[in-house]
Amino acid sequence: MKFLFKTDYEDDIRLFPHSGYLWTYGTLLILIAAAPHFLSSYLVSQLVFVSIYAIVGVALLILTGFTGQASLGHAAFLAIGAYTTAYLQQFGVPFPVYFLTAGLLTGIIGAIVGFPALRLHGIYLVIATISFALIVEEILARWESVTHGNEGLRVKTIQMLGTTVPRDSPGFYYLCMGVLIFVILGAINLLRSPTGRAFVAIRDSETAAKSMGINVSLYKVKSFAISAAITGLAGCLFAHKLSFISPEMFTLQLSIEFIMVILIGGAFSLHGAVLGAIFIVMVDPFLTFLKDDIPGAIANLSLLLGAGAERAAAIEKSSAAFASANGLKGAIYGFLIMAFILFEPLGLYGRWLKIKLFFQLFPLYKRATFKRQKIYVKSERNR
Amino acid sequence: MSYFRAENLSLHFGGLKAVDSVNFALEKGEILSIIGPNGAGKSSIFNLISRLYNPTSGRLFFEDQEITQEPPYSIAKLGIARTFQNIELFENASVLNNLLVGRHRHCTSSLWQEILYMPSVRRDEKIHRHKVEQVIEFLDLEPYRDRVISGLPYGVRKVVELARALCTEPKLILLDEPSSGLNVEETTDMSFWIRDMQSELGITVLMVEHDMSLVSRVSDRVIALNYGKVLAMGQPAEVQSHPDVVAAYLGA
Ligand SMILES: Nc1ncnc2c1ncn2[C@@H]1O[C@H](COP(=O)(O)OP(=O)(O)O)[C@@H](O)[C@H]1O
Ligand SMILES: [Mg+2]
Repeated sequence: MKFLFKTDYEDDIRLFPHSGYLWTYGTLLILIAAAPHFLSSYLVSQLVFVSIYAIVGVALLILTGFTGQASLGHAAFLAIGAYTTAYLQQFGVPFPVYFLTAGLLTGIIGAIVGFPALRLHGIYLVIATISFALIVEEILARWESVTHGNEGLRVKTIQMLGTTVPRDSPGFYYLCMGVLIFVILGAINLLRSPTGRAFVAIRDSETAAKSMGINVSLYKVKSFAISAAITGLAGCLFAHKLSFISPEMFTLQLSIEFIMVILIGGAFSLHGAVLGAIFIVMVDPFLTFLKDDIPGAIANLSLLLGAGAERAAAIEKSSAAFASANGLKGAIYGFLIMAFILFEPLGLYGRWLKIKLFFQLFPLYKRATFKRQKIYVKSERNR
Repeated sequence: MSYFRAENLSLHFGGLKAVDSVNFALEKGEILSIIGPNGAGKSSIFNLISRLYNPTSGRLFFEDQEITQEPPYSIAKLGIARTFQNIELFENASVLNNLLVGRHRHCTSSLWQEILYMPSVRRDEKIHRHKVEQVIEFLDLEPYRDRVISGLPYGVRKVVELARALCTEPKLILLDEPSSGLNVEETTDMSFWIRDMQSELGITVLMVEHDMSLVSRVSDRVIALNYGKVLAMGQPAEVQSHPDVVAAYLGA
């Protein structure tokens, strides 16, 4: 086991507690930079989606994971960022300007949503954010002079520094990764400063937060605004990646996917946002794989096991029908949510920490190390 | 003029008079204890002072400023900190982070400075950590610095809550049953700390306490409360032997 011997307050504050971190993240950075050179263009394209989902994941972590305010309305924030992009492009506004405007405008709308949400907790807040998302969806479909309604809007290729950055070029991939890294660094900074601690305080006890001098309403609104602004930036990238946007791309299903990013990744650490994003984005290629290759494989297997050719064909057909069933994605998501909430409430990142600890302590690891301890239940009276 | 004053303070829950026209004052630097049976309205008085409850009537003054209309978060900014009878810590954060939240009223950085982690934020952060470290040393919390609250025993949580209140550098501290749930040894420590808070840090203390020996050891004055009303006020021995107080505790 590694023991850190601290001699300075700086030891607690710095980004990389010891040199091991520098190596890990340095290697990761090199891999990210090299990816377009050795991965297929399909996988690079998936990585772009991973980065966009991870940006939204970070946004949602700040609001839900750290401030304790659940939201099922983030698809709407993404939509606002995307539509701001498409709308401003029509007037020849340059990329950096509309990119930042998308973040700013979405942030302002996030703050406005934050105000009525101040008095709501838990499930009521979830319902309120869903209603907000439905309203936005409706506005996008009806406000035809700006959004072109259900016909949707084209999004032009990015023009920057005199060059174009097509949506499947390495340049666009680097842009998305760059934004993700900046967002993560900003979030880390925020979370290790007074605002981040105020968020956590509000999540764990509003009563205590108030009596420590935290203006709970102000910080909740701040959290909504920051989370929305980051999602707005992601919306701009999302619009470019899709090159065409319409209201039905920003439905409740997308908000649920975002919540799943942090549920599966782990809602207590920024690592969770990235791990969760990788997981959720890779469900689609996995389903394609299921559809294309698995039925044939099952049929071959059953032939090997001695089933007749006719029977094998029937098996292939029924498993193909199963793999391409309409609700399969939804069912897999639902199953995953339940499994993670029941068995792995700390998400993939929590699982990784446990595995790491297992090897550090080997052979002394106790199963009880992570048993949840309920020594004391705090009162809800002053809530 | 007294340092802190409650004038005709009342709090009604429907027909229940939890606090009923209570008047009392605190001098700077004194330790005042409120005693009384369960349900007497002691915690309600604390919740009124920290503005978590709105008084039905009455007024509160601190350092000659009326605080009856202040929002809860400015109470801490004025220099009044508190602990809770049913510990209210930030369960999923480390002891260190809990204490750093106590520094909130001294934080001045803006959102942008924090996102960029400007040198000023870093400098302030070190100052806060230094202050927190002093409190950790004062209350012997070194072994628990990086532990998460949810894994800590009850007695330690009590001390962490006291530490968090001290990190705000309060002028007046409200302690709601500081010794409840503590063993004899921990209670003795607590009584020394309360004394030291007053003598070394110059903090005025208002506390609710059931342990009479602790009350007599540390208090300068005592108020006895029952059914929201003040029964007696004065020296610890005098209040304890007051016939109404004896009757209240015997349940007569
Ligand atoms: N939020 C509340 N709603 C209704 N009744 C309350 C509330 N808080 C306290 N009370 C009642 O007020 C009375 C005083 O409570 P409290 O101040 O907690 O007593 P204690 O002296 O034991 O601290 C009790 O009868 C309690 O039931
Ligand atoms: Mg009480």
